[in-house]
Amino acid sequence: MEAIKDLINFLSYPKWSFTLSLVVFFLLVRSKKLWTRRGGLIMLVAAVTLFSLSLLDPNFRSVVAKPDNVPIVMMVFLVGFFLWLALYKGIRNDELIERGEPTFEKSEVEDKIFTWPDLVFIEFICMILLMVGLVVWSILLRAPLEEPANLAVAPNPSKAPWYFLGLQEMLVYFDPWLAGVVLPGLIVVGLMAIPYIDTNPKGNGYYTFKERKTEIILFLFGFLVLWCQMIVIGTFLRGPNWNFFGPFEFWDVEKIEPLVNVDLSEIIWIKVLGVGLPSHWLPREIFGIILLALYFFALPIVFSKTRGLRRYYEKMGPPRFYTGVGLFLMMMLLPIKMYFRWALNLKYFVHIQEFFFNV
Amino acid sequence: MLKKIQKSVTQSQVWKSIFRVGIPTDNRKRALAMLGNVVLHLHPIKVKKSGLRMSYTWCMGGTAFFLFLVETITGLLLMFYYRPTVEYAYFDMVDLREVAAFGIMRELHRWGAHAMVIAVWLHMFRVFMTGSYKPPREFNWNVGVVLLVLTLLLSFTGYLLPWDQLAIWAITVGSNMARATPLVGTEGPGSALLQLGGRKLIHVGSDARFALIAGRTIGGGTLIRFYVLHCVGIPFIAAFLIAVHFWRVRKDGGISGPV
Repeated sequence: MEAIKDLINFLSYPKWSFTLSLVVFFLLVRSKKLWTRRGGLIMLVAAVTLFSLSLLDPNFRSVVAKPDNVPIVMMVFLVGFFLWLALYKGIRNDELIERGEPTFEKSEVEDKIFTWPDLVFIEFICMILLMVGLVVWSILLRAPLEEPANLAVAPNPSKAPWYFLGLQEMLVYFDPWLAGVVLPGLIVVGLMAIPYIDTNPKGNGYYTFKERKTEIILFLFGFLVLWCQMIVIGTFLRGPNWNFFGPFEFWDVEKIEPLVNVDLSEIIWIKVLGVGLPSHWLPREIFGIILLALYFFALPIVFSKTRGLRRYYEKMGPPRFYTGVGLFLMMMLLPIKMYFRWALNLKYFVHIQEFFFNV
Repeated sequence: MLKKIQKSVTQSQVWKSIFRVGIPTDNRKRALAMLGNVVLHLHPIKVKKSGLRMSYTWCMGGTAFFLFLVETITGLLLMFYYRPTVEYAYFDMVDLREVAAFGIMRELHRWGAHAMVIAVWLHMFRVFMTGSYKPPREFNWNVGVVLLVLTLLLSFTGYLLPWDQLAIWAITVGSNMARATPLVGTEGPGSALLQLGGRKLIHVGSDARFALIAGRTIGGGTLIRFYVLHCVGIPFIAAFLIAVHFWRVRKDGGISGPV
């Protein structure tokens, strides 16, 4: 038992768990068997069993059973359930489309039903059930109230509200101006841009997977792998000093992780070229600047000429294509930086402390 | 006997003045019931059968709106007890917990808030998975994204109000980010460029964080600022945009469905 726990603790460290989640994500979106009733049931039983067994562990319980963490556990299960539901319905519809039959929604869309009583009663019953659920939850679980506010005593760890913990987790890899301001801003801008970038006329108003594969995979990658997973890590697996702790690990305040992160400029000028760092920031950071410029400006042009992607370029037109690719590259900056950190202990690609411009 | 009482009540002038249609028994009355009621008339008279299914809508937009109403009502009741000052805030919370009648208002408000954030995310997830943001609903998706941001801001501003350690440190961590805003944060890239006659325009007493928390550190000024935003400012904007959101659902052809 202890060996299994140790293994899970080890595998949950971001460099392994993130890699695993990437593999699992691509297996999930390629699988068809999982998105059936049977597959859903198996996944549900597996998740509930694993969760219940984990609850036996006191360290796991102490983190998960914190009153404010209960809704996040609920969220994980809800997101899992609705992911299954959406893909289940999408793949059933894809089968119907393949056979040349109307989708499930299409066969019912012409059928107009009186709002009274059908919709009104559905809403009424939902409201009652929600209210009952909320009242029971409120009676069972008291809202926590800690000691009076005191700016002189910082709790360790100090955490932002849970829905921002994905952003706080990004602070491990990026400076606050990116993790706390620019990237969240771009998430909002990117979400708003979706309907204007996505020109695929199919899949409007019904579940499908095949007809919108690229869009769905990109969205799920951002929503599940980056947003939700980072929140789970930030909430359940980050302890004192924002150190990482496996799910069955004790939150030890004394835990020290040696951090010797280096900048790209140091790697190139000192390690590779063997000369000292230039004193002016421009020659010092020139390699990082070139790298970023290539990433953000040359790569989109390369994409527009790549064989598999050129059809998107032609279909969408340059403005949509470049906006979409730009947002995509911004999103991918996070996993890319993560892997550079894990592989090379890279701190910054570009480190211009003079202007607080650190990437 | 019961029938008689029922009849005399529903035939009375008072009853009839309130409920003009009564319980609908035919299609004409079903339509009139929807048209004559200010709440129900948010809905059309008839809806697509495909859009009625819970497996299609997940009921998440409705859940989010319902939770918004729960938050409004419980929040209003909490406002009777709570004073947003450094002297009283925390002790009013203790009183709310120990002595106030219906002592679960704070629980309802807090768990409802968490649930609302989750419901809004799931609603967005559903709308994406059904492609319901596609024309003609692009603008309404945008209104929805703004409502999502407002939901998070509502929750964020409310987080400070208990004035306990969790509250003040969560807001400290969150608002420290504002310090790094490009151009208008002291530690943000480019802020050093904003100078006038050699004097820095952006410093700790004038940057974005200062504007957010009304001071150099979180204190009484932050509390009243967040309180007003939480109870009046953001709910007002959110309520307006919810109205726009619902209006546009109707104007863009009702709940989405295949064409």
